[in-house]
Amino acid sequence: MSIEVLLVEDSPGDVRLTTEAFRDANRLIHLHVASDGVEAMAFLRHEGIHIDAPRPHFILLDLNLPKMDGREVLAQIKNDENLKTIPTIILTTSTAQEDIVQSYQLQANCYLSKPVQLDEFEAVVKSINDFWLTRAKLPEQR
Amino acid sequence: MSIEVLLVEDSPGDVRLTKEAFREANSRIHLHVASDGVEAMAFLRHEGIHIDAPRPDFILLDLNLPKMDGREVLAHIKNDESLKTIPTIILTTSSAEEDIVRSYQLHANCYLSKPVELNEFENVVKSINDFWLKRAKLTQRRLDE
Repeated sequence: MSIEVLLVEDSPGDVRLTTEAFRDANRLIHLHVASDGVEAMAFLRHEGIHIDAPRPHFILLDLNLPKMDGREVLAQIKNDENLKTIPTIILTTSTAQEDIVQSYQLQANCYLSKPVQLDEFEAVVKSINDFWLTRAKLPEQR
Repeated sequence: MSIEVLLVEDSPGDVRLTKEAFREANSRIHLHVASDGVEAMAFLRHEGIHIDAPRPDFILLDLNLPKMDGREVLAHIKNDESLKTIPTIILTTSSAEEDIVRSYQLHANCYLSKPVELNEFENVVKSINDFWLKRAKLTQRRLDE
């Protein structure tokens, strides 16, 4: 069975790094990319070209996004009775305490900072795979 | 700096195992134990004998607890503006889909099932340490807490 992951990220460089790091970490992962907040919500709500989009097992969400900010995407996910059970992991370059606190207030499942170093970035992706896919129990796909 | 963890667990055997596993995984962890849901909330709200209790860096919460159920403790934590930013990890023997979904609905940060095998239990504790303390960014405790 494949594992569906939604990556919400506007930087093409980071999308490529994340795709490659997940490919190395776990071949079962199928990574979907939304490059702004509006597209992320359309994907999650199966709107427009996303009518056949799968429900993701978890979401990796950047905070600074065009069109709709990551904080607003997070708030919408965690206030939606259907979407709120999808673990949503903040993955951002910010390490500001204000962003960390606000993300947990908005019910982010966890907050990770995106390292600049390539090998550290790969280690973070591996840790997401090791913890969230090997250890944590996620809701089953319907 | 020490890392304050609140374990909410009524089984003395599981408390002992968790303590030993954390001691091996990370000697900076200071594990506090509440053996029922009422005591957990008193600890978090600094009530009664818990007046000097530290704010935990994260919480490990069993679901089936005496006096106040783990689901109710979780709902209280995640509806409290001050407490909701503390990562709360469900650690329970249940692997029922209903419990998993309900916990995420109540905004548990994650759900782990407690293995019966001792070495598997140690691996789960080690994975909590590796991910939540080495990778995840947690909110800082204020100096006055």
